[in-house]
Amino acid sequence: MPMDANRNRDAARGKTALFVALVVLSNTFGNLALSVGMKGAAGSLFASLANAWVLAGIALLVFWTLARMTLLSWADLTFVLPVTSIGYVLNALLGRFVLGEQISGERWLGTLLIAGGTTLAGLTKPGTQR
Amino acid sequence: MTWLLVAAVVGSTVACDLLQSWDMKRHGEVHDFRPSRIAALFARWPLALSVVFMAISFFAFLSLLAREDLSFAVPATAASLVLETLLAQWILKENVSVRRWAGALMVAAGVALLARS
Repeated sequence: MPMDANRNRDAARGKTALFVALVVLSNTFGNLALSVGMKGAAGSLFASLANAWVLAGIALLVFWTLARMTLLSWADLTFVLPVTSIGYVLNALLGRFVLGEQISGERWLGTLLIAGGTTLAGLTKPGTQR
Repeated sequence: MTWLLVAAVVGSTVACDLLQSWDMKRHGEVHDFRPSRIAALFARWPLALSVVFMAISFFAFLSLLAREDLSFAVPATAASLVLETLLAQWILKENVSVRRWAGALMVAAGVALLARS
């Protein structure tokens, strides 16, 4: 039935969009928490694991791993990588406006090239394994 | 040292992602999200090995963040995308179009630009 096919396709798109959003947000905020924690950490790398920000970052990145593995169970790796690339731009924005990092013109251009390149790849048909 | 850490993050991320993508396709779509079922996934050797590579990537990334800005560390490690596109085509047999390749090369250009700044 065409209507059922459309409904199934919409459901599949919705599920993919939901998991892409979960992957991007958990990764972006996980990296932010780790960055805040590591900048304030003193002592060894292992001692920094007691830092609350580092622990929050680890929790978010564990969630990120599980969400990404779930997404990879039906989507190509070469589809998942580009569509989740918006995280690079979000990280740059958070670095600039939340952490107050100085970002040079070259670094902005590099970040935009990366985001543009991965978006270009993401506009292609997801494809299937041969 | 900074670029050695970037190489460690990229190499271990590539190994982790290829193993996860390969084995999750073999496993099939996940429908059961109970913790016991999720934990059982990691009894599969490719996923267990992917966790080892993920740990290497994580500690290398932490060390990188301790030295460099977040706005440098995250895009610099994006070099993994070019390698992963190559290997996904060869090893995972994914169809990678010319447009997708163009995107991967733009990423490489972005990483090269970051290296200059």
